[in-house]
Amino acid sequence: MSFDDAYEALTDHADDSRWAYGTGFADPLAGVDTAVPDGADRAELAAYCLMLGDDALIMSHRLQQWVTRLPELEDELAIANIALDLLGQARLLFARAAEVEGAGRDEDAYAFLRAEGEFRNVRLTERADADFAHLVARLLAFATWRLALLDRLTASADPVLAAVAAKGVKEVTYHRDYAAQWVVRLGDGTGLSHERMQAATDAVTPLLAELFVPHETELRLVRAGVAVDPAATREEFDDVWARVLAAATLRPFPPAASAGEAPAEAGPEAGPAGGLEAGADGGLDGGLGAGPARGLDGGLGAGPAGGLGAGLGAGLGAGLGAGADAGAGGRHGVHTAAMAEILAELQGVARSVPGGVW
Amino acid sequence: MTDEIRHEWPLYEVFVRAKRGLNHVHVGSLRAADHEMALHHARDLYTRRNEGVSIWVVRSDDVAASSPGDKEAFFAPSGDKMYRHPTYYAIPDSVPHI
Repeated sequence: MSFDDAYEALTDHADDSRWAYGTGFADPLAGVDTAVPDGADRAELAAYCLMLGDDALIMSHRLQQWVTRLPELEDELAIANIALDLLGQARLLFARAAEVEGAGRDEDAYAFLRAEGEFRNVRLTERADADFAHLVARLLAFATWRLALLDRLTASADPVLAAVAAKGVKEVTYHRDYAAQWVVRLGDGTGLSHERMQAATDAVTPLLAELFVPHETELRLVRAGVAVDPAATREEFDDVWARVLAAATLRPFPPAASAGEAPAEAGPEAGPAGGLEAGADGGLDGGLGAGPARGLDGGLGAGPAGGLGAGLGAGLGAGLGAGADAGAGGRHGVHTAAMAEILAELQGVARSVPGGVW
Repeated sequence: MTDEIRHEWPLYEVFVRAKRGLNHVHVGSLRAADHEMALHHARDLYTRRNEGVSIWVVRSDDVAASSPGDKEAFFAPSGDKMYRHPTYYAIPDSVPHI
């Protein structure tokens, strides 16, 4: 095999690994300083890690539920990959929370042994998708928001969060790209696909306002240079969301989602914006814009505590359905009715076989 | 469902260049609606275990392939021509760097 030698001049690697698939894996946290940064409260840093981790865990679970139900084999893999990426992010964040908290809990304890009210994920992540269009609309919203968040988090004073964010940015960039491609493909597709994609993005918009409302823990950690203020991601989110929807020939940014900032304008805007579609659509927008969004402002102004409990969460979920964005949100542990169903499945084995190992 | 949508996406062939490999290698095929989607799908199907740094996709019906029936005429004639390999020749000691 002496003629193989000619290739050696072209590579600086003497080993065989250049021919091997699946080599060269790297640990994203290798060499990262794990000290808690000055000015950050340990309990609050742990809580913040759980917020970002819970978003990833619950979104991942919802995506996993799609596997074997997707329209094409190739998309099964795509969604499974995205779900696994998010699960990986959740694990790293839970591990950081455990390390910072120092109370002997591990990743599994956070995922499987917490009650609904202790989860801090935003409610966008727990919504069930009615169809594939709803899935990609929700994924686009989630990935766009999370990418804006993680991108800023790479500058965090906590070196572990910064490293987790740097790894996540590459992953979520692809998630956003995947979702955006489908939203454009379906929105700018046939009459039927356009109609269903529009219904899907409309259904997601009432869940968006919550993404940009900072929790008091987040605000305190922002001051310590550790966390990202979710309100700061709003501009980037609106810009990306509007551009993808425009490319998809979908109705521009529906007024319901921006009503949190200017509720008085939500009603009048709904008419013209929805003018391309039948009257029923415009009416729906007007309703969403005027109702829950105003409720959100009022609710936040009153400063509801996390202690409002699961009763309120269940009530909100059942009463508002898709538009559950009134009052305290997932960051306070207040979830929609869907959350109980998710946890029953997610924690099912851990509950029936406590401490089981195999 | 009176207006049932029927479709069959076209087939694409996928070529992946391994991390430190020299050339793109055919790794399989997939179905996609267009090139853009084919690249996404190829990334999701064929590089999920850290296999690649570059992907090519090409529509299978754009690939012109030799026919099995041409095997004799195409390939058999090179079977006895050892002198086409550089190793066939003895290299004089006076020629360096080979």
